[in-house]
Amino acid sequence: MARILINLPKAKRGEIVEIRTLIQHPMETGYRPKGDGTSFPRDIIRNFVCELDQIEIFRADLFPAIAANPFIAFTVKAEEGGTMTFSWIDDLGMSQTETVDFIVE
Amino acid sequence: MTGRSFQPKLSRRAVLTGCLALIAARPARATTEAMRDAIRHFTGSAEIKAGRVKMDIPPLVENGNSVPLAITVESPMEKDDFVQAIAVFNEKNPQPNIGIFHLSSRSGRAFVSTRIRLGDSQNITAIAQMSDGSFWSGSVELIVTLPACAEN
Repeated sequence: MARILINLPKAKRGEIVEIRTLIQHPMETGYRPKGDGTSFPRDIIRNFVCELDQIEIFRADLFPAIAANPFIAFTVKAEEGGTMTFSWIDDLGMSQTETVDFIVE
Repeated sequence: MTGRSFQPKLSRRAVLTGCLALIAARPARATTEAMRDAIRHFTGSAEIKAGRVKMDIPPLVENGNSVPLAITVESPMEKDDFVQAIAVFNEKNPQPNIGIFHLSSRSGRAFVSTRIRLGDSQNITAIAQMSDGSFWSGSVELIVTLPACAEN
């Protein structure tokens, strides 16, 4: 299990908050030479999705040009609180999901 | 101190074959045309207007392995007028795509931030797709002193 860091601040209704996420992952590009003429096989996180109560609010398609341990920050307008789900999927089929309560006062 | 004893034993031949292997393994670089094709793939036949997209990235990058990039697009981000997607492209990495970020009217602000890899000094272009189907673009040119893929 990869380590995940999520910074989801409490919000006042109507406020726009910035959500920051980071997952531990090598993001192997598939271009790094092994030294014997071949390259390390590609293994990157392809997709990242953020949902609030099963409604998608943000999605990202990632390519090898995203740095290792991908950091993604985005914003959401606080209307209703709920359960926020963050999921990452990589080339090897590893899928990791984290849920955080989004508190709106 | 006998620092010499720590040096691995390498024959001249081993070094030469190693170097050749590295040269052979060097991937093809995405060209300006490849970037143009990737942008076309994203926008289709729609016209791309310059403006509204602001990229925040250091103009002089010391380490291409992790370059902070933030993109903001001028948009009210309301139900009938918002940014649907922001796509980022580069000229000289092995692949022209960097990432595609899908936003919604609930995003509040058209903002996304991440960290990218850069294989060379080059132009970076971000294209924003609006909910009305129009496309806007912004570009920056930057210098990378230590590129990612420096193993080459």
